[in-house]
Amino acid sequence: MTAPALPPTQGGDATTSPQRHGRLAAWLLSPTFLVLGLIVLYPLIASLRESLYRKEEGLDENGFVVEGDNFVGVENFAQMFQGDTADRFWNAFFNTTFFTVVGVTFATVLGVAMALVMHHALRGRGFVRASILVPWAVPTAMSAVLWQWIFQADGVANELLNTQILWTTEGFQAKIAVLIADVWKTAPFVGLLTLAGLQVIPNDVYEAARVDGASGWLQFWRITLPLVRPALMVAILFRVMDVLRIFDLPYVLIGPRKQSVETLSMLAFEEAGQTRYGPAAAYATMLFVYVALAAYAFVKLLGADLIGEARVRTKEAKKRQREVVAA
Amino acid sequence: MIAGARVRTAALLAVAALVLTACGDDGGDAGGGGGGGGGSTALEGRGPITFATGKDTSGNMQKLVDEWNADHPDEKVTITELPESADDQRNRMIQNAQTESDEFAVLNLDVIWTAEFAANRWITELPQGEFELDQFLAPAVETGKYRDKMYAMPVYSDGGLLFYRKDLLDAAGVTEAPKTWAELTAACDKVKAAPANKNIGCYAGQFDKYEGLTVNFSEAVQSAGGSIVDDSGKPTVTSQEAKDGLNFLVEAKKNGQIPEAAITYKEEEGRRAFQEGQLVFHRQWPYQYALANATDGSSKVANKFGVAPLPGKDGPGVSTLGGHNFAISSFAKNKATALDFIKYFASEDAQRSNLLATSQAPTRTALYEEQELITKFPYLPTLLASIENAVPRPRVVKYGDVTAAMQEAAYGAITGEKSTDEALETLQSELEKLTAE
Repeated sequence: MTAPALPPTQGGDATTSPQRHGRLAAWLLSPTFLVLGLIVLYPLIASLRESLYRKEEGLDENGFVVEGDNFVGVENFAQMFQGDTADRFWNAFFNTTFFTVVGVTFATVLGVAMALVMHHALRGRGFVRASILVPWAVPTAMSAVLWQWIFQADGVANELLNTQILWTTEGFQAKIAVLIADVWKTAPFVGLLTLAGLQVIPNDVYEAARVDGASGWLQFWRITLPLVRPALMVAILFRVMDVLRIFDLPYVLIGPRKQSVETLSMLAFEEAGQTRYGPAAAYATMLFVYVALAAYAFVKLLGADLIGEARVRTKEAKKRQREVVAA
Repeated sequence: MIAGARVRTAALLAVAALVLTACGDDGGDAGGGGGGGGGSTALEGRGPITFATGKDTSGNMQKLVDEWNADHPDEKVTITELPESADDQRNRMIQNAQTESDEFAVLNLDVIWTAEFAANRWITELPQGEFELDQFLAPAVETGKYRDKMYAMPVYSDGGLLFYRKDLLDAAGVTEAPKTWAELTAACDKVKAAPANKNIGCYAGQFDKYEGLTVNFSEAVQSAGGSIVDDSGKPTVTSQEAKDGLNFLVEAKKNGQIPEAAITYKEEEGRRAFQEGQLVFHRQWPYQYALANATDGSSKVANKFGVAPLPGKDGPGVSTLGGHNFAISSFAKNKATALDFIKYFASEDAQRSNLLATSQAPTRTALYEEQELITKFPYLPTLLASIENAVPRPRVVKYGDVTAAMQEAAYGAITGEKSTDEALETLQSELEKLTAE
């Protein structure tokens, strides 16, 4: 990663001073921030506020619901970790994490394999690419219905495996059914992003390796993988953030309120469905925090270079500033 | 560094947006001011109204509405079709009520939603005297009431029937459909004695973890003489009768009379199994009758089955009521028109046309006795017996939580994860919490 060559700056030149630049940029970006504030910040704050309230639950003597919202502080959050709801919450938390770790791992391995095939396919290249991308184009709820047909008691899965597994009942097999459907759908996405990364690797690197006598495996391990890493990391990060919110697959394929596959977003949906918006918002907020932490950790630990260029530019600017000051 | 931090904040906010879209923020304040209010407000105002309903699969609703519109040019009705799934319909109607919008005037409610909608003052009380209620099925009328006041008018009804393989019973020398569970088991054993039928399943209903399980579980409890809640609304699921009821399902599953796969059955999966000839007895809604009798090759049991009332522990069983009621949104304009429209849909002509077009069960008793209709739908007398004897599901405000608890208990017991006693005791304490006021 080399920084783009920047024109040398003269100290005191007002028109190109970084500060001027920044202010102009802020002005140009302000409409974007305004829109982001409206469609991102406002719902976020509204949802946070909602999570601190709870609806009246009692009935009056005529059997009518007593109306109004009560401020309950962090009680909606505290409730999550008490008694039965705690079991349910931790179970959902575990399921969510399990689907994320296992699902993303398989999707990545398969996706990279698909990308290599798409990259190397000489004949019928367009056809191979298009057919690999089909699962990604199917809406998730639709694919859940399709997989339901495959996994039903007298479905194709049991027919092919010659078994009588009841995939959609409680148990580990339900998790596997969800994972299979999820990986089938999302591996092409990873494959597509990886393919984009593969296509920018210059061919002469491989030629040099071949001249040096590197085997195919060594080329993949030492050249392809390191060079495709930035693109792959972005794909994985997107997948992680996506799977942490997984809802439609387990909900449609296996069914609501089945412990084996209940995830955090299903809990939030369930509460909202019973018009308990406070606890629902609390669950959604917890999920948000989890997703944000996971994304942050991912960027920090594995160095997914989402914001790499920006960082380089800032560093460069800082260096220049220091030079200016020193001069 | 500042720019970096800003970009990072933006990235995190983007994550937030994704989370929120996925979880369906309710978009605004829940609850809020009262307004509207149910109770004794007079139903006034005439003019155009909308009718919010689930999918009009046969097109007959539109036909009836067109006829109404031709007669009432100043009070035209527009159909607003809601999503196909019942939960989504309920969500849309609740959202409409919480924003106090007058978008929906007449609501097509599932029988189990009446209490929740009435208690929240989302629907208006209806004048009981104006409906000739004595000409309607009494249990169906009950489902439209909350605390003895009428909030919804039954338009469609439904009751469970026992579908049985007449050809197999005849071959095994059983001349009559079983009236008790013991007879059902004995008849099935006789059928299975023939080597060709060794692997056939005895009995199935709707046992996956969803509303159908609530129906089947409560039917089992009622058919053993028990009840889910008593007349005063107190839960009674730890009674011996309730245990006997659930035990019938648990035992039948354990000794293989209910096939393993039945635990994944909703209506359609069970129907496929019955039509494939994999079941001797099947608890199902009447809609299966026409489909299983189709002679286009889709059903292997066409003309080979009969229907009977559900069996019970010591005598005939007790079905759980299905169906739909029409109600008027508290926030609607033109409530007088809405009331007339409901009366029109509940009229004998409209119900007959509906039965003929959709085979949905009517709520007027007289239609079950019309010879012409019986010729077309031979199960009508059996269905009438089933519905007249039927019991509504618990009419409680927190029905969503109640049905979830019932499904949890029944599913745990039938799959053998919990003992019957354990499941019912947990259910009892949960129902006590949910029905406490």
